[in-house]
Amino acid sequence: MARRGILIERLSKRYGSGDTAVLALKDVTMEVAPGEVVGLIGPSGSGKSTLLKCLGAVIDPTAGRMLLGEDVIFDGGWRVRDLRALRRDRIGFVFQAPYLIPFLDVTDNVALLPMLAGVANDEARKRARELLRALDVEHRAGAMPSQLSGGEQQRVAIARGLVNRPPVILADEPTAPLDSVRAMAVIRILNDMARRFETAVIVVTHDEKIIPTFKRIYHIRDGITHEETGEGRAFE
Amino acid sequence: MISLAGRDILHAWGKFIFTGIGLGLLIGVTLTMAGVYRGMVDDGRVLLDNSSADLWVVQKDTLGPYAEASSIADDLWRDVATLPGVAEVTNVTYLTMQARREGAEVRVMVIGVTAGGPGQPGWPPQLIAGRQITRGHYEAVADIATGFRLGDEITIRRNRYGVVGLTRRMVSASGDPMVFIPLKDAQEAQFLKDNEAILMQRRRTEANPAFNRPGVPGLLDAVLATQASSRSVNALLVRLQPGAPAPDTAEAIRRWKRLTVYDRAQMEDILVGKLIATSARQIAMFLAILAIVSAAIVAFIIYTLTMDKIREIAVLKLIGTRNRTIAAMIVQQALVLGVIGFVVGKITATFAAPMFPKYVLLVPSDSIAGFFAVLAICLLASVVAIRVALRVDPADAIGG
Repeated sequence: MARRGILIERLSKRYGSGDTAVLALKDVTMEVAPGEVVGLIGPSGSGKSTLLKCLGAVIDPTAGRMLLGEDVIFDGGWRVRDLRALRRDRIGFVFQAPYLIPFLDVTDNVALLPMLAGVANDEARKRARELLRALDVEHRAGAMPSQLSGGEQQRVAIARGLVNRPPVILADEPTAPLDSVRAMAVIRILNDMARRFETAVIVVTHDEKIIPTFKRIYHIRDGITHEETGEGRAFE
Repeated sequence: MISLAGRDILHAWGKFIFTGIGLGLLIGVTLTMAGVYRGMVDDGRVLLDNSSADLWVVQKDTLGPYAEASSIADDLWRDVATLPGVAEVTNVTYLTMQARREGAEVRVMVIGVTAGGPGQPGWPPQLIAGRQITRGHYEAVADIATGFRLGDEITIRRNRYGVVGLTRRMVSASGDPMVFIPLKDAQEAQFLKDNEAILMQRRRTEANPAFNRPGVPGLLDAVLATQASSRSVNALLVRLQPGAPAPDTAEAIRRWKRLTVYDRAQMEDILVGKLIATSARQIAMFLAILAIVSAAIVAFIIYTLTMDKIREIAVLKLIGTRNRTIAAMIVQQALVLGVIGFVVGKITATFAAPMFPKYVLLVPSDSIAGFFAVLAICLLASVVAIRVALRVDPADAIGG
């Protein structure tokens, strides 16, 4: 049986109740395999962020089912007690802006997650440096975030998302602040890392220039998703 | 696990140091205020210590000689000296006044001491320069805080006194430095009227037929002599024989001489509990206000620093940082700010204390209590920021 990255079945999210209730997600179903990068595309207010927040275990879905690997994490309610640990250990986040911690150097920005998980500082830094090397920013390991370029900051943010080897990475418009060259570089890195670490990557984006790079795309509109095959151009 | 607070402080050290210095100046004022109170208490105790007395005999039903006016006859000491347990009795006068020195005025407490020497109640126990008073008139020993030097002249009322000795830390309960002069001179300074007043009193007495009787020669002169001389002192200072019970001797003086007697503990209670009680309450109010202001400042600073990091806190929470780790970061920053502030405050108070016109006594126990109070205030002040930080939604890190 093929390994599973993340599977979402009939996931719904309703805000409010009664006459003022808003159904932000309606029976969303999607699956992303390990090593796969899929795009999640939709206009503003379509439910992208709500879906991302549900997947990231920061808001509670109203109904549906979610599996991470073979583990059911949501089935009408959360099946894991510690959502904080779930986010820390099994979900990686890459944001629109890098949101690096400004008072930590590059290495510690990446090493913070394993440290929070109880990994010894030296071991956490070793892991961080390995990832920084893989992402070609090891030479900035001792720099502060303010000393990095936008592209370097985003690569460090990707390293942070990957450092705990999560089965899934949620990337929220990771190329929005970047020019096309840097944007393509970030997408290439996400694809490389997804393959290398067998990570399922969901990229929420509006960015027209990167949409053709996805092999599969989920379109979302008014809380409903439909899947289509993408061009997958850049990474064949 | 790395110290998030430590890293943030190192990253924004300038902000912390300058804020800490500002807070430290406030803490310095607080410590100094506490030192002013301690100094007032110490002034009172030093006054009692330096008087070398076991009992203070004063006018009946008064709190004299320091807290209230007291006037008793200057020959009572002979009677008191005969009572059991009494080793030594001396007359003493206290007069707080403006003394003049080279055109300038200085507020001093003038002490009139009887002939004798060091060790006798009322006398300055030790000098730092010069000699004790050896002549019956116009010599003075001054506390160095008066600004007088050896050989200077002090003008007290109509007379000038040569400074023959200097002493240190001889102050009144209100911190005025002392000037010791012979008792007779001090009595004149305190009780004698000016020449015009004496003349008017003399005319008034001469015009009174009760005193100016042709058939009683010498009566008028005797009355005028009484009016022109001073026979009063403010108190008697009594030193007891070794082992003599103070309560028994005090009771004997009260019973047979119809005077009020205080022992050391009672006199200390009058000085600390009554004389400086209002000032103490005033200082306590200042301390309370300063503590509130300090807490408000720390709270505001920590709140501002936390608000500056709201996005980072949301990210930290999203990536799985525990609330207690974030709360600990804020608390640690508040405590570091408090420690920086305390160190700066302590240094400020230590260097500023000698510049104050009144004695400022910085007691180590006050500093220790102050240190823990600062930490407690910082802990309290960080509560608001912690509440804000804990309410941050990790979803804020994700757009939408």
